[in-house]
Amino acid sequence: MKGGHDLGGQLEMGPINPEPESQEQVFHADWERRVFALTLATGMLGKWNIDESRHARERQDPLTYIQNSYYENWLEGLEKLLLEKGLVSTEELVLAANISSQTTEALSVPTPNLAAKILASGARRTMETDSEALFCIGDRVLVKASETAGHTRAPKYTQGVIGTVAAQLGCHSFPDSNAQGVHEGKQLYRVIFSGSDLWGSHSVGAEVLVDLWEPYLDVVAS
Amino acid sequence: MPHDHHHDHDHTEPPSDLELRVKALESLLVEKGLVNPETLNRIIETYEHKVGPRNGAHVVAKAWTDPEFKQALMDDATEAVASLGYCGRQGEHLEVVENTNDTHNLVVCTLCSCYPWTVLGLPPAWYKSAPYRSRAVSDPRAVLKEFGTQLDEKSTIRTWDSTSEMRYLVLPQRPAGTENWSEQDLQQLVSRNSMIGVELARSPEQKGECDK
Repeated sequence: MKGGHDLGGQLEMGPINPEPESQEQVFHADWERRVFALTLATGMLGKWNIDESRHARERQDPLTYIQNSYYENWLEGLEKLLLEKGLVSTEELVLAANISSQTTEALSVPTPNLAAKILASGARRTMETDSEALFCIGDRVLVKASETAGHTRAPKYTQGVIGTVAAQLGCHSFPDSNAQGVHEGKQLYRVIFSGSDLWGSHSVGAEVLVDLWEPYLDVVAS
Repeated sequence: MPHDHHHDHDHTEPPSDLELRVKALESLLVEKGLVNPETLNRIIETYEHKVGPRNGAHVVAKAWTDPEFKQALMDDATEAVASLGYCGRQGEHLEVVENTNDTHNLVVCTLCSCYPWTVLGLPPAWYKSAPYRSRAVSDPRAVLKEFGTQLDEKSTIRTWDSTSEMRYLVLPQRPAGTENWSEQDLQQLVSRNSMIGVELARSPEQKGECDK
């Protein structure tokens, strides 16, 4: 299933109209600041991972996703996760009433210093594995049609198209599983596509490089 | 002019539904003890005032002037930029892609808004917009034109779609006529947009446009 978020190559999107770099603010309204910080701070409670977070934003009617501003989609995703993980109830969220001050479990809520430390250290996404990479640099690979109704990071515009493996990137946490709360690693590859294979012969002098996990790919016999 | 402040007049308007919704959510989470208000302020301060594209400009100008650093950067960008003190969230797996006379690089995230926070801060609004996310992969030349960037017709444009946790930073070409410039002066030529790849680095004549 293709959600509103899978935007690569969508037609009729119109001009970009960028704000001049020198004039652009990081946030355009105070509520955006708050949504950004609330999302990062609650993420540090450890109740969900980044792929669950992305999936929560994606699980919207495609038209709503497109029409919402960026941080509105973050807000949608955040409220959804808080409800689904049982951190807040519908009554509390919608009615702003009957707030129970106790959550059912003890969570470690980061102090400002701990939060700053978490942001400054990050978390690497590579994983140990015994499995060897199936594909080598130079292999021609076909991106399979996605079968999942859930989260995936194989953009629709690459599906059914043949590219060439440009690099082996090692074993990385697999988003499709991670979004379901199952933490497993799969081999990741950089695949290079020619513009004409993706978009037709009018796309000349263009290449697109996409990071794709092994389960997304089939080798093409040469 | 009755008054000459430039900010929007939102202080005279009633708060929108969205503002109220976010305020209510924040109050709820604070009251339930799920977030620390001071932590929220620290997170905002970090990305509004500390982590931003000046980090990336430092990296680029150093790569232009220090061949050893440039080699380290191309070999392992995560480690090389960490040696300048830039590390953390959304920069754990960094890679630098270099523009040359025949290849120009452009970075996008078609699926959401992945962006190298450690060196560029948070992405600009246009980077997160549907038109950019859609067209950067399918019509990069027209996208560049919209930013006023005209490339040689014979050059190849490589668009990097950030679908994994790999993060990409463009190393723009050093502008001509800057042979004797110091690293510090060169930093002024490195716009954020040139490190995303929608523009080239500023020419010496354009220096200072960023301050206007």
